Amino acid sequence: MVDATPPLIEFRKVSRIYGTGEAEVRALDGVDLQICRGEFVAIMGPSGSGKSTAMNIIGCLDRPSAGDYLFEGTPVQDLSPDALALLRRHYLGFVFQGFNLLPRSSAQENVELPMIYKGLPAAERIARARSALAKVGLDGREHHQPSQLSGGQQQRVAIARALAGDPMVILADEPTGNLDSHRSHEILLLLQELNRKDGITIVMVTHEPDIAAYAKRLVIFTDGKIVKDEPVTAAATETAAEAV
Amino acid sequence: MLLEAIRLALRSIFRNKLRSFLTILGVVIGVAAVIAMVTVGQGSSAQVSASVESLGSDVLVIRPGQRGFGPPSGGTPVRRFNLRDADALAELTRLRAVAPQATSSETVVYGNANTSTSITGTNEAWAEISGWTFASGRNLTANEARSGAAVCVIGQTVREKLFGAADPVGQQIRVKAIACQVVGLLEEKGAGSFGQDQDDIVVMPIRLVQRRLNGNDDVSTIQAAVADNVPTEAAIAQIEDLMRERRKIGFGQEDDFSVTDMKELASMLNSVNSVLSGMLSSVAAVSLLVGGIGIMNIMLVSVTERTREIGIRLAIGATGRQVLTQFLVEAVVLSLMGGVIGILVGLALAWGAGVFMAIPFTPSAPVIALAFCFSAVVGVVFGYFPARRAAQMDPIEALRHQ
Ligand SMILES: Nc1ncnc2c1ncn2[C@@H]1O[C@H](COP(=O)(O)OP(=O)(O)OP(=O)(O)O)[C@@H](O)[C@H]1O
Ligand SMILES: [Mg+2]
Repeated sequence: MVDATPPLIEFRKVSRIYGTGEAEVRALDGVDLQICRGEFVAIMGPSGSGKSTAMNIIGCLDRPSAGDYLFEGTPVQDLSPDALALLRRHYLGFVFQGFNLLPRSSAQENVELPMIYKGLPAAERIARARSALAKVGLDGREHHQPSQLSGGQQQRVAIARALAGDPMVILADEPTGNLDSHRSHEILLLLQELNRKDGITIVMVTHEPDIAAYAKRLVIFTDGKIVKDEPVTAAATETAAEAV
Repeated sequence: MLLEAIRLALRSIFRNKLRSFLTILGVVIGVAAVIAMVTVGQGSSAQVSASVESLGSDVLVIRPGQRGFGPPSGGTPVRRFNLRDADALAELTRLRAVAPQATSSETVVYGNANTSTSITGTNEAWAEISGWTFASGRNLTANEARSGAAVCVIGQTVREKLFGAADPVGQQIRVKAIACQVVGLLEEKGAGSFGQDQDDIVVMPIRLVQRRLNGNDDVSTIQAAVADNVPTEAAIAQIEDLMRERRKIGFGQEDDFSVTDMKELASMLNSVNSVLSGMLSSVAAVSLLVGGIGIMNIMLVSVTERTREIGIRLAIGATGRQVLTQFLVEAVVLSLMGGVIGILVGLALAWGAGVFMAIPFTPSAPVIALAFCFSAVVGVVFGYFPARRAAQMDPIEALRHQ
């Protein structure tokens, strides 16, 4: 059966090699991966297995050293830096592992940032940023700067920033790494709802099996290779936990 | 988007107030220097041409001693003129009017008030030659000038000091032992080419000054007006021939007097003016260049410091152009601030210098607009390189920074 619409995200033998000679590190080693529209994929794997590297490539921030990455069937390596910027702006929402908030801007301004580049009018921007912050439980903290927020709160600002721009794909690198389990589950329910109701494609890296359990599909990386790729079941997340 | 960039630029400028201030200091100094120079220069040339106009038509000034500015150098004492020289000059066909002058500096008294002022002894032709008009009263008459009658004409500054707002005409003032009747009040003339107060003056018949104040027959200078339709050079030649003959200067010997054409003097003053302001303007241009390099330096530092911020913006969907715009706008806003402060400082300096040197304050809108645009150009030129460096960053590298 030939599917007329190409997968949203497609890796063809993607490798990402850092350094040369002795110091060469194969962060990704010939990875094949397809993610379709509307999927909710959890990526697990030991530290250093290439999860963040894969996320950066999916997010068009980094390029493969070898192999092809196709976004909606378009080879990304053929695009100019500006075309990539536009792709990130209009289709992708990032939650970085290190949050990456602007240090001297308020939570509100951080959440508005992607919408500024989208050219949304100020009033709409402000309203959307407020509601996104409220969704992650940060109402009343709009005017705090990242340095005035706890790690978990900063993480939630980063999540709000990714949500607020109405992206087609959310890429979340350990979005709950700094959150208590109660807050984590709230966030995951929110992501799940976005996935179900709005059809937003979600790719999420996590170390915790009970977080991965919210996804529909689980991909496990080890040493830059995919060692397991299966639908989420309780058993699957358990064995994944053992592997990690 | 541009508005957003301006807001961002202002924020990052005000976050680092001291650094921003030091950064724009070069531009401030450069622009202030240009504005002050040009404004003072225009003021003084406006004044020179105004004082030339106030001299009336072609006026020649004949002085004893060799040509040149300042007091005659020591050695042989200068031979003075006397009234017979002036009378002889008055006979010349190429001159319309001649006014000999003898000057003195005295205290004049009226009632309880007194002021020290310069006294000019001259004849009735003086007012027309020097372009004076009368606010009230009349000029000296030819008879008064010849006989040395005890009458005088006073300037506005002297009037103010002695009489306040009252009409001085008909009153008696005292100069040394002379009781002297005020017959005329001069119209105000303002400051002269060298900043002196031209209205601080008392004019008397020359014989009165010679006999009663100076105690000699000397005439210090002679002013002459060139007759209509006579070229100035021809009149000067005639004066020189006559004076050489009268003073028995042999063939091949140098003149021991000088004839100065006031128009020529004015244009010389003006060209000195423009050479000076040209030189200072090039100093200012160098300072603007240095200011621009200062801005470039700080912008480069700022781009490096904010590498991570740039990475975040790029990752979130800013294009290189938008990052470029942001930093370019910041550089331009910085240098425009420098420009505006510089314009204000320059105008203040020019105003202060004007008060100090008695030069009119004539700010020029085109020059101010030009300085404003120029500082914007400095921002664009010197901000471009750092901004381009920011725009060309690789997002993932920038995010990984420190
Ligand atoms: N900029 C880099 N230069 C050199 N090596 C790098 C670089 N970034 C990552 N690596 C290497 O690539 C490998 C994969 O890194 P990556 O960040 O993808 O791991 P990860 O799976 O996200 O780990 P973690 O769970 O700790 O976040 C690691 O061995 C790392 O040392
Ligand atoms: Mg990682």
